[in-house]
Amino acid sequence: MIPQRQIAPVASLTVPALSISGLSVAYDDTIVVGDVDARFMSGTMTAIIGPNGAGKSSLLKATLGIVPTLAGHVAFFGEPLDTVRNRVAYVPQRAGVDWDFPARVLDVVLMGLYGELGIFGRLRPSHEKRAMDCIARVGLTDFARRQIGALSGGQQQRVFLARALAQRADILLLDEPFAGVDAATEKALVQVLHALRGEGRAIVAVHHDLATVPAYFDHVLLLNRRCIAEGPVATAFTEKALAQTYGARGAAHA
Amino acid sequence: MAPAALPMPDAFLLQAGYNATFVTLGSMFLGMAAGVTGTFLYLRKRSLISDALAHATLPGVGLAFLLMVALGGDGRSLPLLLAGAGLSALAGLLCVHLLSTRTRLPLDAAIGAVLSVSYGLGIVILTVIQALSAGRQAGLEGFLLGSAAGMLQSDALLIGFGGAAAALLVILFRRPLLLVAFDPGYAATCGVSPARTDLMLMVLVLAVTLTGLKVVGLILIVALLIIPPVAARLWSDRAGVVVAVAGGIGGAAGYGGAAASAMAPDLPTGAVIVLLAFAAFVISLLVGPVRGVIPQALRRARMRGHLDGAG
Repeated sequence: MIPQRQIAPVASLTVPALSISGLSVAYDDTIVVGDVDARFMSGTMTAIIGPNGAGKSSLLKATLGIVPTLAGHVAFFGEPLDTVRNRVAYVPQRAGVDWDFPARVLDVVLMGLYGELGIFGRLRPSHEKRAMDCIARVGLTDFARRQIGALSGGQQQRVFLARALAQRADILLLDEPFAGVDAATEKALVQVLHALRGEGRAIVAVHHDLATVPAYFDHVLLLNRRCIAEGPVATAFTEKALAQTYGARGAAHA
Repeated sequence: MAPAALPMPDAFLLQAGYNATFVTLGSMFLGMAAGVTGTFLYLRKRSLISDALAHATLPGVGLAFLLMVALGGDGRSLPLLLAGAGLSALAGLLCVHLLSTRTRLPLDAAIGAVLSVSYGLGIVILTVIQALSAGRQAGLEGFLLGSAAGMLQSDALLIGFGGAAAALLVILFRRPLLLVAFDPGYAATCGVSPARTDLMLMVLVLAVTLTGLKVVGLILIVALLIIPPVAARLWSDRAGVVVAVAGGIGGAAGYGGAAASAMAPDLPTGAVIVLLAFAAFVISLLVGPVRGVIPQALRRARMRGHLDGAG
């Protein structure tokens, strides 16, 4: 009799939280992301950096199936997104939604539970408590019952992070989480993200401020339509790679 | 309390006869459905599409009538007229969709084009019908402005059940509808397809529009889809409450309008319903606790009082 083979647990360190191979995205007849290969491991925090129009947001959205891909393959924890949706959380740009929407902070965070609840699942007090815990984690407890339009930009960004936390996802993909937030909020957000990384989750964020990359992140993906460099900050975040990504002048100012 | 204690006209107390009671209750369910469905349309910022949809029903109504007459009927079967209306509304919706996604035409222009062209086509067909029937009223004018008077009991049942079913479906699917209305990109990552959800919403709006065609009429049904949500938004910052209040306002307007036209059959039912909904909007604008003019002024005055007290 053949001995049963041990099946590696899905969260094993050898299966990337997210692996992208040969991913290309086009709008109309313009290729905005060309043939990108990348792997993101659990317990790491990766910055996707590159100049404006480099395709950073498009890469993120294509990975999540929000915009169609031209070619390529995406796997989360070795599986297609459809089968592991609850383990994947997306934190979109704040500017993308109407903040005048009739919803309180708590209501938006509860939306993070819709995937788990399905269409007919009942919302129980335990769900509300979980949402309140996530709101507390981003420091918005006092605002939980405010209409979302009454919040500052930084607070709105934290609402989106709390919604992702409520999902209890194992990988978070964030689209410019620090855009337009003040220094204190940025620090608070980074602390939460570092704590998540410490719990073994994978963090991938589109990022703009090159100066904070080494302090916040442990991995980088330098993107300008195609992948210029990828890997640990120590080896991939080099002058040469930056010059290639931004052009020589941009690197000099970085 | 004896009914005589209130000087209320019989129709409002459902005492104006069996048939009028059916019509009044049917209109109430229709109004509720329009308010509930319209709220999601409003939150998705797609309210005006329903106007194109409603106007695009007219050619279908006319063609269905002609077809029935050609086949030897009298052309008055409401289900068949509504089937024709539904088909041509779908064609109109498809035109709006194609014009706004496949060409550089913006959505509002696409809506305007489809709305006016289908209405023009419908009016031409109605004129032809009137000439053909040579004096005999086809009764299709009722579809323009609505007429609850003279509606059959079976029509009222169709309208009542259609409205209740649409409202129930919208409430069952409130989560995906809300998710897509607030944040379609995030919804997609949760496995809720924005395209499919939008399509479902459009089908429900179409169902409400068809249901309301006979009572409110195709010109004004859009008002019943828009006014209740906009009024309800003044009452609450929570989507669930806005949906409920909009349903209530729509239902009350439908009930009142149908009752009024049971008493005065010459009144255009649709216009009365819309004016009642508008009255609810004006009241909401004044006293709505969240965004009403008076509560806002009171809050500001109180703030100023606090400042003075502190200084």
